[in-house]
Amino acid sequence: MKQCTILSPTAILGYGFPEASFAAGMAMNPDLIAVDAGSTDPGPYYLGSGKSFTDRAGVKRDLRIMLAAGVPRGIPVVIGTAGGCGARPHLQWTREIIEEIAAEERLEFTMALIASDIPHEVVLQKLGAGRVLPLEHHAPLTAGTVGETPYIVGQIGVEPIQRALAAGVGVVLAGRAYDPAVFAALPIARGLDRGLALHLGKILECAAIAAAPGSGSDSVVGILHEDHFELVPLSDERVFTRESTAAHSLYEKSDPYHLPGPGGTLDLTACSFTETDGGRVEVRGTRYVPSDRPTIKIEGARRVGYRTISIAGIRDPIMITGLDATLSAVRARATMILERERLDGRVDIRVYGRDGVMGEWEPRRDTPAHEVGVVIDVVAETQDAANSICSLTRSTLLHYGYPGRISTAGNLAFPFSPSDLPAGPVFEFSLYHLMELNEAETESLFPYELVRVTSPTGDAS
Amino acid sequence: MREAQFTSPRPLTELARVIRSKNSGPFTLTLDIIFSSEHEYRAIKESGQITREMIAAAYRIEPETITNIVFFDPASAVKIVLPRTVASGSPGDRDVYGAQQHAPLLGLSFTLPHATSDSPQD
Repeated sequence: MKQCTILSPTAILGYGFPEASFAAGMAMNPDLIAVDAGSTDPGPYYLGSGKSFTDRAGVKRDLRIMLAAGVPRGIPVVIGTAGGCGARPHLQWTREIIEEIAAEERLEFTMALIASDIPHEVVLQKLGAGRVLPLEHHAPLTAGTVGETPYIVGQIGVEPIQRALAAGVGVVLAGRAYDPAVFAALPIARGLDRGLALHLGKILECAAIAAAPGSGSDSVVGILHEDHFELVPLSDERVFTRESTAAHSLYEKSDPYHLPGPGGTLDLTACSFTETDGGRVEVRGTRYVPSDRPTIKIEGARRVGYRTISIAGIRDPIMITGLDATLSAVRARATMILERERLDGRVDIRVYGRDGVMGEWEPRRDTPAHEVGVVIDVVAETQDAANSICSLTRSTLLHYGYPGRISTAGNLAFPFSPSDLPAGPVFEFSLYHLMELNEAETESLFPYELVRVTSPTGDAS
Repeated sequence: MREAQFTSPRPLTELARVIRSKNSGPFTLTLDIIFSSEHEYRAIKESGQITREMIAAAYRIEPETITNIVFFDPASAVKIVLPRTVASGSPGDRDVYGAQQHAPLLGLSFTLPHATSDSPQD
């Protein structure tokens, strides 16, 4: 009977995990230690700018524990969506951290790097051939948008990781990867069921989030058998339950029964979830349905300008009562001056304590707060322009003489000096599409590169 | 003790153990309601009280704006899918993770049929 034991230390590399949980997982002699290092949740800035949203010290701490445990025992360590977004700068950032750890811990191993960047000309050629499709709620792609997007990454599936593992490496470091792929690549290569392996990967990529109580920073183990998989908690603080495991397929998904991925869809309609001893849950019945026209998801973000913000509070009840009219008047006056100076930018004024979180969706329109927070948010073509527009809007609002005003010294309470904060470049998701790719194209687009990682003395002992 | 309460509307906050919102990708928002009791979940699902119109009224949007409402029996849960008004992190966005858009659901309430007061299964 084939089986595969997989240790997932944490939901996102850098979020941390209790070493006791990780040690309990290592005591189960795992075949694989794998971790998902990324997400699009933190927004477009990180992919567009090539920066990581995770903290370097946190990533290094987590990786050190994983590498020091896995490498000497010959257990492969597989990391997906390096650096949070998985573009080349993110891959390089994570590679340097791994090389530092190897030097400090005197570890020697071969590492496979899998870049998941897609050349712009490939996307343009696919776009021209009608092979790039918009996802729900997003616009069709244009060639201009491709050109404005610095990094385009594709969510790789299990195959590029399997080819790297077959080369006998100790560590696989992948760019943008479908979250379950880092967990499912090895067991599928060993002949275990693809549907179960990917479903297990879907759960393991969030580590203990699917347990009760859930945690994104605790380790769990998954054991994949031929006809089911088991989820094993590693801390006394939590267990897996039928509900917690089933409910996890709701999380961040549009349809909990059908989970699309590269090459096909996971079908959960016939799944069963059974609680067993030790806080474990067994899952059966997941089916993988291959797609007739395999696609991968491609992602990119482009710069749309530069931001400057100003944060202030308002405590005057007369001003709060007429705030909408005041803000409109301030915007009109600022716009008039800006047009004269030929400064163009977008000004959003969010009012916290009223509808700052939900905007037009806010159902409570008739309960004025005794105090509100105002964020003036300016996005313009250059940082200087954003600074100027923010400054003018802020000073106009500060001294605006609204009807009934009796507080004539200033309308805003600034918590900070300086009151205006330049926030740097602003990005938006420009690519979030499906691109059709056949097997040969996938293989040629996402090859692995082998790197020998050595300690400074060249001595692993 | 519970029988009398079943005849009048009960707040969703008493019936659900999870009420949350989150992005599903940068352009889509999903709202999850996970009920505490499978029995009450089934009763509410079968009563047809959860509709596009009900959710749309809570969010001050048109019913056709809602992409989908999915009942997920394995978790006694309902998922509501709708497009974000602004893509995650684009200029004008208010909630990059989409994690604080659930509050209008907290005000919903549901009437459970009399029959549900008998022998909850869980």
